[in-house]
Amino acid sequence: MHKENQPLIFEITKAGRVGYNLPELDVPEVDLSTLLPQGMQREEEAELPEVSELDIMRHYTALSNRNHGVDTGFYPLGSCTMKYNPKMNESVARFPGFANIHPLQDEASVQGALELMYDLQEHLIEITGMDEVTLQPAAGAHGEWTALMMIRAFHEANGDTQRTKVIVPDSAHGTNPASATVAGFETITVKSNEDGLVDLEDLRRVAGPDTAALMLTNPNTLGLFEETILELAEIIHGVGGKLYYDGANLNAVMSKARPGDMGFDCVHLNLHKTFTGPHGGGGPGSGPVGVKAELIPFLPSPVLVKVDDKYTFDYNRPQTIGRVKPFYGNFGINVRAYTYIRSMGPDGLKAVTEYAVLNANYMMRRLEGHFDLPYNRHCKHEFVLSGRRQKKLGVRTLDMAKRLLDFGYHPPTIYFPLNVEEGMMIEPTETESKETLDAFCDALIQIAQEVEENPEIVQNAPHTTVISRLDETKAARKPVLRYIKA
Amino acid sequence: MKHRYLPMTEQDQSEMLDVIGISSIDELFADIPEKVRFKGEYNIRPAKAESALLKELSQLAAKNADSKQYASFLGAGVYDHFKPIIVDHVISRSEFYTAYTPYQPEISQGELQAIFEFQTMICELTGMDLANSSMYDGGTALAEAGNLAAAHTRRKKLLVSEAVHPEYIDVVKVYAKGQNIEVVTVPMTDGVTDMVKLEELLDEDTAAVMVQYPNFFGQIEDLAKVEQLTHAQKALFIVSANPLALGVLTPPGKFGADITVGDAQVFGIAEAFGGPHCGFFAVTTKLMRKVPGRLVGETTDEEGRRGYVLTLQAREQHIRRDKATSNICSNQALNALAASVAMTALGKKGVKEIATQNIVKTHYAKQAFEKAGFEVPYQGAHFNEIVVKVNGSVADANKGLLEKGLIGGFDLGRVNTNLKNHVLIAVTEQRTKEEIDALVQEMGALHA
Repeated sequence: MHKENQPLIFEITKAGRVGYNLPELDVPEVDLSTLLPQGMQREEEAELPEVSELDIMRHYTALSNRNHGVDTGFYPLGSCTMKYNPKMNESVARFPGFANIHPLQDEASVQGALELMYDLQEHLIEITGMDEVTLQPAAGAHGEWTALMMIRAFHEANGDTQRTKVIVPDSAHGTNPASATVAGFETITVKSNEDGLVDLEDLRRVAGPDTAALMLTNPNTLGLFEETILELAEIIHGVGGKLYYDGANLNAVMSKARPGDMGFDCVHLNLHKTFTGPHGGGGPGSGPVGVKAELIPFLPSPVLVKVDDKYTFDYNRPQTIGRVKPFYGNFGINVRAYTYIRSMGPDGLKAVTEYAVLNANYMMRRLEGHFDLPYNRHCKHEFVLSGRRQKKLGVRTLDMAKRLLDFGYHPPTIYFPLNVEEGMMIEPTETESKETLDAFCDALIQIAQEVEENPEIVQNAPHTTVISRLDETKAARKPVLRYIKA
Repeated sequence: MKHRYLPMTEQDQSEMLDVIGISSIDELFADIPEKVRFKGEYNIRPAKAESALLKELSQLAAKNADSKQYASFLGAGVYDHFKPIIVDHVISRSEFYTAYTPYQPEISQGELQAIFEFQTMICELTGMDLANSSMYDGGTALAEAGNLAAAHTRRKKLLVSEAVHPEYIDVVKVYAKGQNIEVVTVPMTDGVTDMVKLEELLDEDTAAVMVQYPNFFGQIEDLAKVEQLTHAQKALFIVSANPLALGVLTPPGKFGADITVGDAQVFGIAEAFGGPHCGFFAVTTKLMRKVPGRLVGETTDEEGRRGYVLTLQAREQHIRRDKATSNICSNQALNALAASVAMTALGKKGVKEIATQNIVKTHYAKQAFEKAGFEVPYQGAHFNEIVVKVNGSVADANKGLLEKGLIGGFDLGRVNTNLKNHVLIAVTEQRTKEEIDALVQEMGALHA
């Protein structure tokens, strides 16, 4: 990789070059000034690049060489489920009959697309143990908020307007409280106990007649299964609240425990995690929501239904929360997830979870002698180590994460969950081989040794990347958020 | 279980169980209470091998009428525009599409720089000071703009023009409900926002006024007038703009917009049955610290080399948790990349040329419809859509058109009872003169 700056596309532009050819205008030319009112015709041109097609391809190829993806190397980013993104999914999503159809076409002309969506919903209903699924939400956070808006509508329909609080564990993703706020709720935090699980006593203390819902990830962000899930459900249902399942960690329990059977009333899934829609460098994702029967009337409109072997959208939903997104969700990502589920089948999805969990436990045991393991019990698909032993030697988890870059790895999620000091959250996924896991463990063990013997090499890492640590304070103090021609 | 995505061998498995000190994988799930344990396998369709599944899914796709086979005149927020071939080649580079959000800047400079370039291009087109790294789509971007305005002004009412995309208005209402914000629609006259009504409705409780540019009916709103009325009440001026149209239209920033949002689907992004597309969110500097979503900023490394990082993260949900004003995390990074490549390929000249062709071809279609005796009720300036009145059901007309290889326009009766038998026709640069003539002729034949 080249270490010199890659010029911005605006810096290689040259007046007179073009990267496109358009057919000649085949209708009579008209002067725009006769068609647009005065003042509405743009005077200064937008300063977009002027480059040839090869310039473009070289530019983006150079940028891609300065980027690490799952296809580049191991990516054990906890809670993000960075598994292999099957190439077949990409091909299927690009079929013209899926990629080049318009959401407002007559339903009769898109029955194939509707059939796929309907069958995906059916598969997700079985996988989650819910009664109905909507594919409308565009991402996990969007799904969370959609489900909370449904819970709010449910309580309001029952005249339960005093239910203004949503409970989240202290180990929860930051999105949970943010979604609760955006849905108009106040967030209450419930503590974890010394085993890393929700503290039942504390939950009993905070739950009450003002509880709208408890949001829970199971297994939680420590990778631990909430064993008392039925008691948790009983407490929340006992006070009239709803139980919400954050599906971020579904990869850990497929074919082992379904949210619907654990007492959850609604669930969101991250199809870009568990079901291999690629992460895309930060989206697009897809965040379907599944609900139990009681919440069905509140689903976003329209709802896809099957009537006499034809698929159609039902807009007659008097209690719907409304529309959370134009059209019907991120169909392109849903096509990928559907292709994946159909590729794996029931035995495949079961193996996915078993191998993901086996891989995580194996790594945890290989590494436990070298780092602190705050919760020493079988984990699920991920586990959290603490770097507090290394911190005492003056090396922070951030340093060790940066040092991993020198070995060609994407580091784990760090400083999360918040209830672990100097946390390092590792999620290998099922698509990685034992050789890869071993090589990564060897690297991390070597780094632990370096911390003791040669801490500077870790503190000053990374050494091999195209760029060294960046000055984030400077970026935030005087933000430069766009290119301006010198 | 042998599967091409699962490298585990029996030998691997037994070695790993030994290290863990257990004898079966089942022991790892022993903490799941018996009562909730799922037994057996899901009742879903059995796995299908690659070749067989590809065949099945290609047959399923072939049941749909796509815009590669049919000439489409359907727009209403999603358009069949020229997509430079190079776009798909770039976004197929898996260093981009298999990466997560660029939280480790040292190994994510490619993505970060691409987003920085995207932010710049959106600023250039909209005339705004800064833009974020993308939103889910135009509709949710507009809804988030409404919430931002309410939080910023501490006012609880949004005025949204009836000439905004009806599905966008629906989304605005749901987002607003979450924050207990009232949404009032401003009626339209002759296909544009009614300025008299707007002035009447604007008051000191109004957080923002939202208009679309060009609007849902293809008409070009008088942004100067909206700006004047809006700012007179110290409300924020929010424009939902088609960024391709901004190749020739005066940008919202020039008219004093506080927030400009929209969808970059027009730049190289597949229609994909409505998503994923690519929302954008651009603001003036004064709102910089209130923008939802991710922002990429320029900085330097320890050796003084230029580099890019996610910045101003204190705004975001993973830091602010319940104090966050938006919960967005994932956006549409890969589609923002696609849009960047398309904007780069079209470039300064191409965006202008395509936008011009849209106006001129739509003008040609308008004249052709009028010549054929159709009524075109809205006579204001248009971009690439016009409303045409037909004698009879639009749905029936569209069925007939489909048989002739044409995808007809949007049936406005579906969203507005006053517009029964009116169709919204989109004419992009992709439509040839022959196709436009065929549309007019077939529609005449169907309803003569």
